[in-house]
Amino acid sequence: MSNSTSEITKEKEHQVRATDAMCINESKQSHQWYYNFKYLIVGVLFGIVFVKAEVISWFRIQEMFRIQSFHMYGIIGSAVLIGALSVWLIKTFKIKTIHGEEITFSDKKFNRGQIYGGLTFGLGWGLTGACPGPLFAQIGVGATVVIVTLLSAIAGTWVYGRFREQLPH
Amino acid sequence: MLDIIKQPWPWYVAGPLIGLTVPALLILGNKSFGISSSLRHACAACMPAKIPFFQYEWKKETWNLVFVLGIFLGGMVASHFLANPAPIKVNETLAKELAAYGITDFSAMVPLDIVSWEKLFTVSGVIMMVGGGFLVGFGARYAGGCTSGHAIMGLSTLQWPSLVATICFMIGGFVMANWILPIILNL
Repeated sequence: MSNSTSEITKEKEHQVRATDAMCINESKQSHQWYYNFKYLIVGVLFGIVFVKAEVISWFRIQEMFRIQSFHMYGIIGSAVLIGALSVWLIKTFKIKTIHGEEITFSDKKFNRGQIYGGLTFGLGWGLTGACPGPLFAQIGVGATVVIVTLLSAIAGTWVYGRFREQLPH
Repeated sequence: MLDIIKQPWPWYVAGPLIGLTVPALLILGNKSFGISSSLRHACAACMPAKIPFFQYEWKKETWNLVFVLGIFLGGMVASHFLANPAPIKVNETLAKELAAYGITDFSAMVPLDIVSWEKLFTVSGVIMMVGGGFLVGFGARYAGGCTSGHAIMGLSTLQWPSLVATICFMIGGFVMANWILPIILNL
């Protein structure tokens, strides 16, 4: 934990964290640690759906990439539909969080990383049959060897961070 | 009732439930759905190594690590209490193709014939597990998100760069599954 962020100004710190990240929403409120428990519950429910719908099955992913089954297309398609509808409702009715905070959205900027990185990620997805979420669930259902895959994914993330400046974006 | 839950869930039940994660996280605390970020936080927490990309207050994103811990626990709950005893029904064409590579065990979420501790030190095992994981982690960060961040959260908020990323995910997957994976499985 030699992460000495104290030297870095707050603004710059936010910029770094915002780089290529989806989760940069900054909460003005500070909560006790146990407030994070609600995210654990969402995670558990989400994990159960993953397993029960066989989203984490290597075979279902292979079927998807070979266009042998509608299952995964139906799942991703309907998830996006419901997600988009919810976001529209939140924006239209200016729905706030349960703590009364405003809900904010940030736009993604295009860079070529989305193409190169996207293709690389796709190759990995086709091999492991799992994107990052299912990796955690696969370990949960008892496929303990997937810990190796997860550690390797963390290593991949680290190598990207290390050579970020040299890569075309 | 429990018998119904133990059956594999159809797409029109699971898809909307996964979609509801988006408003759930937003309403619970203004959090954008994204899973691969947790891998970045793990790097920032354990091995920042003075790399600018990892110099940030990862503790502010603790929720994300708690969320993925939940996914892991959800997997445990589902397999212990809600498991479907029957093996997964695999498309016949796929089953036939996989049988040619010696993959006949459909009892688990991963193909046990190639993904297991015993196979970790075979050539195809290393490529599948170590190589595959590396590509997933490297690619997701390079693209700025994974299936959750781009395909679900990004498309839900109508971000066109996320559509580009999603299309590239699919192209990569098609190429791997149809042309490269057969070569690897024949090694």
